[in-house]
Formats: sequence, structure tokens, C-alpha cells
Amino acid sequence: MQFGIFSVSDVTKDPVTGKTPSEAERLQALLRIGQKADEVGLDVFAVGEHHNPPFVSSSPTTLLAAVAALTKRIILSTSVTLMTTNDPVKLAEDYAMLQHIAKGRLDLMVGRGNTVPVYPWFGKDIRKGLPLALENYNLLHRLWREDVVDWEGGFRSALQGFTSTPRPLDDVPPFVWHGSIRTPEIAEQAAYYGNGFFANNLLAPNLHFKPLVDLYRQRFEHYGHGTAAQAIVGLGGHSFIAKNSQNAVRTFRPYFEGSPIYGHSYDLEDYMESTPMSVGSPQQVIDKTLTFQEGFGDYQRQLWVVDAFGLPIEQVLEQIELLGTEVVPVLRKEMDARRAPGVPDAPTHESLLRAKYGAAAPRQPKPRANRGDNLTGSSPYEDSDPDLIARFPTVA
Amino acid sequence: MSADSSPTAAAVSLVVVTAGVSEPSSTRMLADRLAGKTTALLAEQGRSAQVRVIELAPLALDIARATTAGFPGSTIEEAMKSLSEADALIVSTPVYKAGISGLLKSFVDLIDSDLLIGKPVMIAATAGTARHALVVDDHLRSLFAYFRALTLPTSVFAAPEDWGSPAFGDRIERAAQELAQVIRTGVGRAISDAAWSGYQHEFAGRATRAAQTTQDLDFDSTLMQLAAGGAGRNSSSTRLGPDAGS
Repeated sequence: MQFGIFSVSDVTKDPVTGKTPSEAERLQALLRIGQKADEVGLDVFAVGEHHNPPFVSSSPTTLLAAVAALTKRIILSTSVTLMTTNDPVKLAEDYAMLQHIAKGRLDLMVGRGNTVPVYPWFGKDIRKGLPLALENYNLLHRLWREDVVDWEGGFRSALQGFTSTPRPLDDVPPFVWHGSIRTPEIAEQAAYYGNGFFANNLLAPNLHFKPLVDLYRQRFEHYGHGTAAQAIVGLGGHSFIAKNSQNAVRTFRPYFEGSPIYGHSYDLEDYMESTPMSVGSPQQVIDKTLTFQEGFGDYQRQLWVVDAFGLPIEQVLEQIELLGTEVVPVLRKEMDARRAPGVPDAPTHESLLRAKYGAAAPRQPKPRANRGDNLTGSSPYEDSDPDLIARFPTVA
Repeated sequence: MSADSSPTAAAVSLVVVTAGVSEPSSTRMLADRLAGKTTALLAEQGRSAQVRVIELAPLALDIARATTAGFPGSTIEEAMKSLSEADALIVSTPVYKAGISGLLKSFVDLIDSDLLIGKPVMIAATAGTARHALVVDDHLRSLFAYFRALTLPTSVFAAPEDWGSPAFGDRIERAAQELAQVIRTGVGRAISDAAWSGYQHEFAGRATRAAQTTQDLDFDSTLMQLAAGGAGRNSSSTRLGPDAGS
């Protein structure tokens, strides 16, 4: 079981002090947050991708590369990488680069994005958001698994003889999670490929996402990747921890009530009761998180939002400390004890490497000398089968 | 409420949504008369009816919270359940500033788009002057057209003077007759049964027929095929890597 944090990367006025951090301060804070998560033994640090203020993470691979350099153990991920408005070819390149730089400590979560103007800003049509996301991922999947790709689809320009470089580390593509809050086709795509499925578990009532998670589980089994119970599920959540419940509620309340998304809705107490939001002592957060396992079944990854709504960096770091020292160690033990036999952990680079090569040495692609294209001769790499020759497109 | 029949398996479920706020409210009184007349006509057909009234005034804060939070709390969920299980609706609103009640519109904004498909809906409004008579047709009829509901031919509008007019009772009777006949023939349900897949739906929605599990979904749709690796046009691959098939 993996535990970690995910950040929306919002730059928000602290409702208590009235101060708004600069983008520069917030970006440095995010680096510090990633580092701290690693230091206290959390397993995952993920950031979102946004293209409008007040968010600051427009380029998650740049940020995560810096976090990779500052950390030792933690897996870096995204929440989410936009599968609609990005070019899947550039995504294949950027995330393969990051996977090398992070020495395999990378996976990513892909999603559609729901900020309407971002689509036209990036030249896309939001009404085609779903087929765009599905088709783009189908291409990304191939670009990481085939050295040379010929491809034609409904959205981006066609490809002939394209090689996405660098090839994934050890020729093992990063593991992919598909994030969705309502779309059965996304759950289906995750299941088809045997990828992970992530429900953010935010801004909705308890167990709201269960039908979609169950759909993914059943289709995962349908496609022969394992039983429904063995499907790779991730859940989010929002947490705020203090030594005791009263302090947690008292400290968190102004941030909740001052928040642009929570502040004008339900009372904090109602919200804590009827949604997955966990505010309280370490034991209360542990108990609440265990209800996720009861409700959704055994799952592989739990991420919490801990840094939103202008919470000052000192308090965020304290939240991470409390998660890492008082909450996660207990949850690890408890969830392991309750987990049904045969339920796997989330794939990591190491586990995927073992699954692909066993004890054998992994493939290390070495390019041939530059020929100016990828079409003449065989594959661009030294270890390609010389009998496999590229098929040229025919021009009538 | 008038004449709640004892619930039986065959009892017709009539749900009244009323946005009146005063006590007593003429908007509610109008809805009660429509429900009472419909119940009486159904009784003549040998059908019992159960009337459930959703008063929006006490839900005003919950409606506002659901709107801003993006999801409903338990009281609104309960109201949505009544709507989804109803055989027919009677919707009654006061006219404010030449339009329907904002409270009613805010409530209706929370309804799943496919919750009322083919559902018989009787529309009614009250106002301080007969000059607002077309609000009910202009606003409510188009609103329920969006939901693909089966809005009845007669809408009922009540200005102050109507409460002393015998013709008002005739209009109520006519509207109730329309509703009773539509319920008797079951045409709304037949439309929904026959054409359900032709409307847009959300997975795990609140409609009684909404897809909740894999059994309810069509995996042969174009999008589902695209999800399952589905080829772009003329997709082909040179598959030159040592591991191309994996």
C-alpha cells in the first residue's frame, strides 16, 4: 500500500494572516513539500497541471524533476497530467525524460481537465474532450511500447516512422493511473490496459465514486488482468490533523470557511460527516481512512491534499510530519492486516522490471548512427531485429 | 393533503413540487386542488394514488448549499428520490418579477438531466395579476422541455380573481383529466422504456433506469471501443521493437 500527498498547486491568500504567497514562494514551497514527504517516509508526491491563475503548476515535469533531484525514495506522480490539451507525443517524451532523471521513481495520472477555456487556449474542442483523451492515451501507450510508430487518428497529425525518445527507462514504461470522477469510458480504458484507476474522493459525498471504481474492477477482471479485487485502485481525500480533534477543527475552520470551493457550501461539521474529508486527531484520520478500505475494497494508493487554501508552509510541513509519523505507520499495519490475500501492491518501476525481465538484464536501447530518418533500414536501435523492415507509406 | 390513499403496489405516486413561501400559500393551494382532482379521477378509474408534497421553502438553504457545494445533502437527495420514483409531477410556482420563482429554478437546476424523461408533468402558477398569465407557459413549459418530460397540454394559472371564478374549477378539472388519462395509458413510461438509450445519460445517476453497473452499459459504443484500445482510422504499426506486442 502506498500513501502520499497530492497538490492542486493553488496560490491562495491565507485567510488567517491575509497574506498571499507569490508564485515564486509557492513554487519553492512545493519543492520543500516534496522533500519533506520523502523525509518522513511517504511513498508518493503528486502535483496537478493547470494553465490558469491562481494555480502555479503549468509544467509538472519541470517541478518533479527538481523534486527528484532533492529526494531519495519517494515516487513522483501527477494529479493529473492533461490527456486532452497536451500532445501525446510530447507527453511521451517529457515523462520518459522525467522517468530517466528520477531513476524510475515516476508514474503519472492522466485525466481530462475541466477548466473550459483551457481547451480553446490550447486549440482543442471541449465537446470532443472524451474521445480526445481516449485516443491520445491509446497513442501514448504505443509510443512507450513500440520503437517506431506509424499512426493516424482523428485529432493530431498522423505519424510515420516516429520514435519517441528517450525510450522508457529499462524499456519499461511508467505506470499509468487514469483519473475520473464520472466517466465510465475512462474506467474502461484503465481496465482494458490493466492500468490503475484513481478516484479523487473530493468534493462529493462518501462513497460517491464507488460505482465507477466497481465498474473499473469488473472490467479489469473481464480483460484478464486479475480478479476484480486485485485491480489497482487509488483514492484521494483531504486531511487536516492536530494532536486532538478540537485543535484540528479550530485551526482548520478558517481555511475551510475561507476557501473558494468549500467556504460557501456546507458547514465544516456537515462536510466532515458526509464527505471523505478527514479533520481531527491522528486516530480520527486513521479511522476515517479505514472506512475507505471498507467501502471501496482493498486498494493500493491513498493520497491526501494537505497544502490547499492558503495554509502556510510551516503548517503544511507539520501536516506531512504528522501523516508520516502518526497516521501512515498505523494505517500501513492496519490495512495490511485487513487486506485479503492475493491483493497486489501498486506497480513500481522495480516490480515492472522484475515482471518483464525476471533475473535477466533489462534492455538498454542504444541508437544507431543518425540516418536522418527512422524509415530506412530497420529500427533506429542497435538491438532491433534486422529482418523487420519498416513499411513505407505508399503515395498514389 | 387531500385524500392520501393507502399505499398499495398499484398506487400511483403523485409528487407535488411547490415553491410558494407564505402560509397559507395560494401556490400550494392550487397544487393541492390539482392533486386532489387528479386523485379523484384516478379513483374513478379504480386506481389509488399517493401524494407526496415537496415544499421548497424549508429546503431553501439546502438548495443553496447543494448549488455552491456541487453536490446535494440528504434532504435534497430524498427529494430527488421522490422525483425519480414519481409516476407524475405537479409543479406549482408563484410568479415573481414577471418570472418563475428563483427558488424553483435553483431546485430544478439540481435535477439530473435524465431524471424526468417521459414523466408526465402538470405545470401551474399563481400571480398577483392576470397580466402574468403566460409565465407558466413561457417559463415552465420550456424548462421541462429541456428535461424531455411529458408536459401536459393544459397549464393552470391563477390570478386573484380566479379564486372566485367557476371557470377556474373547469380548468383544474380539464388539467386533472389530462393527467389522469396520461397516467392511465402509461404513455410516459412507454416513451421512456422504448427510447431510453436515445437520450444522454450519466453513469450512476439518480434516474430509476440509470446505468449503475457493467450490466447496464453498452460496451459496443464508439467511445467504449476507443477506450478499449480502439484503432484510429487505418491504424497500423511497423512494430519494430523487440517487445512490440506487449
